[in-house]
Amino acid sequence: MSVGSEIRKTPFHQMHVDAGAKMVPFAGYEMPVSYPLGIKKEHTHTRERAGLFDVSHMGQIRLSGEQVMAALESLVPVDIIDLPKMKTRYALFTNENGGVLDDLMVTNLGDNSLFLVVNAACKYADFKHLQDHLGSSCELELDDDLALLALQGPKAAKVLSGLAPAVNEMTFMTAKQVMINDISCFITRSGYTGEDGFEISVSSQDAENLADILLSSDEVDWIGLGARDSLRLEAGLSLYGHELDTSHSPVESSLNWALSKVRRLGGEREGNYLGDKIILNQLQHGSDTKVVGLLPEGRMPVRDGAIIQDENGNQIGYVTSGGFGPTLNKPISIARLETKYTNSQSKLFALVREKKIAVEIIKLPFVKHNYYRG
Amino acid sequence: MSIKYSEDHEWVDAKEDDLVVIGITDFAQEQLGDLVYVELPEVGDECTKGENISVIESVKAASDLVAPVSGSIIEVNSRLEDEPEIVTEDSMGEGWFIKVKLSDPAELDELMDEEAYNAFIEE
Repeated sequence: MSVGSEIRKTPFHQMHVDAGAKMVPFAGYEMPVSYPLGIKKEHTHTRERAGLFDVSHMGQIRLSGEQVMAALESLVPVDIIDLPKMKTRYALFTNENGGVLDDLMVTNLGDNSLFLVVNAACKYADFKHLQDHLGSSCELELDDDLALLALQGPKAAKVLSGLAPAVNEMTFMTAKQVMINDISCFITRSGYTGEDGFEISVSSQDAENLADILLSSDEVDWIGLGARDSLRLEAGLSLYGHELDTSHSPVESSLNWALSKVRRLGGEREGNYLGDKIILNQLQHGSDTKVVGLLPEGRMPVRDGAIIQDENGNQIGYVTSGGFGPTLNKPISIARLETKYTNSQSKLFALVREKKIAVEIIKLPFVKHNYYRG
Repeated sequence: MSIKYSEDHEWVDAKEDDLVVIGITDFAQEQLGDLVYVELPEVGDECTKGENISVIESVKAASDLVAPVSGSIIEVNSRLEDEPEIVTEDSMGEGWFIKVKLSDPAELDELMDEEAYNAFIEE
């Protein structure tokens, strides 16, 4: 594991440059924010066909040991022990105050082994968190020599099953090890766009080869981080550092759906994770804040940091993520509001450059999810 | 008279003695990416060289339009409010932002000509 101050490159770096990408520093890596197609068209391409994303900056961690399932359960409010083999589940690392250290995907590889995908900006802190708490009972490996590609969109399954027919047997949040032209690929049917799609973990030395094979399909184009953000925003998916942070619990961030029944009050394996008392209490009695979708009136984007006020000018929350939704062709925002206002029919306003913009609370997601559930 | 350019990537086209049309350059438009919203000043507003007069929003971020000259705003391209993509398609023409009556025409001499601007963006 190396944590240099130097900016790092993913195995696809030269391909991005050759494709004319605009490269920006992101979480210690030089990453493509957009390609000559432009963010709006990249976004639409993903909603209509299939987008290929380099997400190799994310952390890929392997966790193994006889008690690995129970061990990971001690750090997340999620059912890991009953996670079936080759199934994937969304989870959150919590801290002592019930706040969120990171969100992650967990796949049960079988044979007392788990595979985690964590956020790029948190990966070394997450790894240390795992070492500190589980280092004595589990073997841990943060594999920086793995690349990660996401293939997302309604044509993703057609493209990938043409190369590996076994992919057709997969449903949302399942995993499979397959060969694509002699390249060993670990695939989960998951993603961060709201569309059907896959994340493909592959060794660095095979990475470019695999990307070339995928890009040879007419349906597939490179998509940058700019469109990745507008796609996840429309899909109402949380972004660490925006909807999720160390000072707000999963309940305060409206992620109750991610908290497994068996780990809740009265469940078979109730609590027993960091911050459990606070989170269980909030699940029972509610929390002071919630995260909701907002539709601003007009065309002006209402971005993160904008203050939300009630009719009388009292601050009742703030925008955590906001921008423009190309699929809806209008501005969309996600905000953290005081809970008592989240069902309110009263008029709310966002402050943008001292102007008051009327906003309407709307149920997330903005754009319906198209996951393949079989 | 030829078109002048500012270091903030605006073009200033002097139509008559003290009347100019202002927009953003093709280079600026390319850097910003897809535009989704343009907030224009009001006709009658005064602008002062170096101060923000407009906000340009791309999918990713909001950027300020800085006045390259001082004067009073006599016309704004209100088409941009509903069709900001005109700036992307024709930044030097149909995608103009504002027309300004100059209060100090000598400020034009402080701007770059095309050759100097091209050298400036090469840096």
